[in-house]
Formats: sequence, structure tokens, C-alpha cells
Amino acid sequence: MSRATEQLVYLVAAVLFITGLQRLQSPATARNGNRISGVGMLIAVVATLLTMEIVTPMVIVAGLLAGSAVGFWMARTVQMTAMPQMVALLNGFGGAASLLVGGAEFLKSELRAEQIPLDTGITIQLSLLIGAVTFTGSLIAWAKLQEVMTGKPIVFAGQKALSAALALAVVGLSVYQLMTAESLLWPFYAVCAISLLLGILLVIPIGGADMPVVIALLNSYSGIAAAMTGFVIDNSVLIISGALVGSSGIILSNIMCKAMNRSLANVLFGAFGAAGPTKSLKSAAGLSVRSVSPEDAAIQLAYAQNVVVIPGYGMAVAQAQHAVREIQELIEKRGGEVKYAVHPVAGRMPGHMNVLLAEANVPYDKLRDMDDINPEMERCDVAVVIGANDVVNPGARTDTSSPIYGMPIINADHAKSIIVLKRSMAAGFAGIENELFYNPRTSMLFGDAKQSLTKVIAEMKQL
Amino acid sequence: MSESLIGGLVIFVLATYLGAALIGRVPPTLHTPLMSGSNAISGITVVGALIVAGAGLGWISTVLGFLAIVFAMMNVAGGYAVTDRMLQMFRKEEKR
Repeated sequence: MSRATEQLVYLVAAVLFITGLQRLQSPATARNGNRISGVGMLIAVVATLLTMEIVTPMVIVAGLLAGSAVGFWMARTVQMTAMPQMVALLNGFGGAASLLVGGAEFLKSELRAEQIPLDTGITIQLSLLIGAVTFTGSLIAWAKLQEVMTGKPIVFAGQKALSAALALAVVGLSVYQLMTAESLLWPFYAVCAISLLLGILLVIPIGGADMPVVIALLNSYSGIAAAMTGFVIDNSVLIISGALVGSSGIILSNIMCKAMNRSLANVLFGAFGAAGPTKSLKSAAGLSVRSVSPEDAAIQLAYAQNVVVIPGYGMAVAQAQHAVREIQELIEKRGGEVKYAVHPVAGRMPGHMNVLLAEANVPYDKLRDMDDINPEMERCDVAVVIGANDVVNPGARTDTSSPIYGMPIINADHAKSIIVLKRSMAAGFAGIENELFYNPRTSMLFGDAKQSLTKVIAEMKQL
Repeated sequence: MSESLIGGLVIFVLATYLGAALIGRVPPTLHTPLMSGSNAISGITVVGALIVAGAGLGWISTVLGFLAIVFAMMNVAGGYAVTDRMLQMFRKEEKR
């Protein structure tokens, strides 16, 4: 294949990626879109193989087979609840690939004692930096989500200053590397090592519940890293695809930040949730909560006409999505209607709840966004809050001293009655008391969400 | 700045805007598959990895290139396959 043909095939691949993303605008066409995008990837790889001069074919075959085998195995075996970890890890792999390609390009020229042109040099340095930060940052995000390490923010004195100093050091070393006429390897290794360290430092101060933003941001970085690699090897399909992914991640992080009424800077550097429980609710001590038995909850649900389920991360932890669907069907059989209200930051990644409910066979047209469901909440007979806390805290509307003041919430407290499924009275991620639990119309169903729901299902079947 | 760098920058900026326009219209219900699917697209680095691994540029570049192929292919295969697995679960309510 000639160079010109190769470029044209890359153009086709880019168009297929764009078409694929376009089809993600509706669940009806999304699967087809993903496959179109996959075809784009396949033809880009084939075109590359047909054009390049292959000196070491075994290396290529072995790499392609090993990577595909592990990738497919991960995709088949991962649990839907573990999807955030999986995406974090894949982001990291993308970053690692960019780091390695950038490194290989640099070493190739150095070893041949070739002078690297300045612009290629700059893009190599960027490819190393962004690739390395994406790689280690994603590994930390994975470890936090997988609970291999604590989900709490890790902060120490001088942390921000250290990160800033390291970032400056990377810039300084890169500039030195680009300016020096000598052929030096140590600044290259230093840039790689410091960038890897920087990725760790940037993600450890971010708490587990802020991971949706972090994953979206790392997604963006992995795209930008790919685009930088595209500049290094002067390849337009890498630049286009990288830019598409880069802007996608940024937009998603923005959506998440808006849904929490916090700035991106606050999420990244605020160490939210590190302070531990704060007593922002003035009189939690004097109030009492009403707990309810599964039998009573079953009666309430069986005779409700309009039920709204509000899922949170707790539903994923308890794997309660299938039990939730069963209750939905029991209510529907009795003539009631069930909708699901999904907060943009419920769960550990954007859209996490939607995937879990889809896994449990809940049709996507029953799922409502926060803005669509809130005006309807007054007509709701029973709001069932499953493992959600901060996203239904009315304090966000009224309590100016609350850390989550101003965050848009789902108006569970507007419903005629509320059932909250919760393990205990422990505070949520943000460490804030939730007024909703003390609302006279709220009843608490304590215990593991899945076990509680299973009991409710058994009771409902007997009614 | 070389001409190829400027050409690349033009493409990069335009594609960023295109990406923003496309992603803004994806409904929240598909945000997780969007992330894993776009993630797979960023595995396009595999093209760069193939070039550095296969061209016989010395053993260091070949080893780094090999590792890059493995990482990028995990990204590509894992990303597309898991997105497909998720998307096949999304279904509309059946008419009764």
C-alpha cells in the first residue's frame, strides 16, 4: 500500500470513529455505532501493517495476540459493578502505550545520534508527560475503586507544593533536553520518572466518590496522549481520534462537576471528604428516625400507584439491582408505575447506575434524569432511596453551612412518603448528616439492601 | 514550526470541537459505554506502537514498541468488547 493510500484509509477510519460516536446518541443505535468504530480501528491497523516495512514480524504478531487476548478476557469476565475500575485500567493502558511509543521514538533518534527537530522534541516530551501521568494516575484510581487502597483522600503537608515543584521540574528538564546540543539520556529518564510520580500524587488526594470526575478526566488525558503521539509520528488518524476522546472526557468531567456544584479545581485539589464527619445539621441529636419492617415496606409499596426508585453506589455494592427490578415488576403487576431517578454523579462513574439497571433488564425508558424527575416528585407516592445519600440530602438546598450546599439533588423529600434502605445511620461520603432521614414522612429500612429487598419481595408476593 | 506540525494542529483543534459537539448530545444513560467506547478509540496509539515495534529500530525501541502494542491492544480489544457487552443489555420496554 502506498503512503497516499494509507492516508486515505486512515481518513476512512477517522470517519468511522466519528460515525460511531454519532450513533451513541441513542441506545437504539449505540451498539451498531460501537461496532462501526471497531471496524475503523481494524482497518487502521491493517493499513498500517500493509504499508510499513516490517523487520520484526514476530514481535508484532506476539504483541497483537497477547494484548487482544488479555483485553477480551477482561471484557468478558468483568462484573458490571466493577466497570469503573475496568475503565480506569483501560485509560491507564492507553496512557502507557503513548508513554512507550514516545520513549521508543526518542531513544531511536538518540541512539542513532540523530538531531531531533524541535517540534518533534516538544511533542515527544508531551507524549511522555501526559502518557505517564495517565498511566500511574489511572492505576491509583483503579486501586481506590477496587479498594486495594483506601478510598479516602490521602493528604500530607506540602503536597500541593511538591506536585507543583515536580511539574516545574518536568518542564525545566524538558526544556533542557530540547535545548542542549549534547546527546543526553538522563533528562529523558528523569522526565519519565517524575511524570510517573506526578500521576500518583495528583490522584491520591481525591476521594472515592469523586472518582467519576477523575475517570472522565483521565479518559480525556489518554486521548490527548494519543494525539501527542500522533504529532510525534506525524499521523493524522492518531491526532483526530485523540482529540475526539480528549474533548469527550473534558465534557464528561464538566457535567459531573456541575452536578456537584463544584469546580474542577475543587474536585482535584480540594481533598473533599478528608475532614471526616462535620456536624452541619444543627439539631440532628434531638431528632429521631423511624425504622420500618420489611412487611410494612411491602404493604406501602404494594398499594402505591407512583413509585420512584433512587439508586446510589450502595445499590452497586449490595448487588441489589436484580432485586430492585423484581420489586418493580411486582408493583407493575398490581397496576402501579415505577420510574428510576438517576443523579448524574450517582455511583462511581458517569452512567454507572444506568448500566447496572440495564444489566438487571430494566428498560432504559424507565430511567429519568434528575431534571426530568424533580418536577414530578410531588406526585410520587413512595420514593425508594437505595444506597444513595448525598444526592438526596435536602441540606444541599437550604443549609448554607453544609459542604454540599448548592449541589443539585433529587427531591426525594417532596414525595408523599420515603423509604430509605441503608446499612446504618453512618454519614455518607461527604460526612454530612442527612435531614431526609429525620423527615417525619421517611421510614428507614436498615440492613443490606439486597437482603432487605428480598424480604420485601417475599412479603409482597403474599399480599 | 514545520508545516506538518501546523497541519496537525489544525486537525487537532477542529477534531476537538467536533468531539465536543458529538459528545454533548450523548444522553446520560449512555455515559458509561461512551467512556469505554471512546477509550477504545484512544487505543489508536496501537498504530504508532506497530510502527516503532516492527521497523527494526534497535532492541530498546523494539521492546518498548512490543510493550506499547500489548498495552494499546488491551485498550482496544477490552474497550470495544466491554462496550458491546454493556450496550447489548440496553433495551426498550416491550409492548404488551
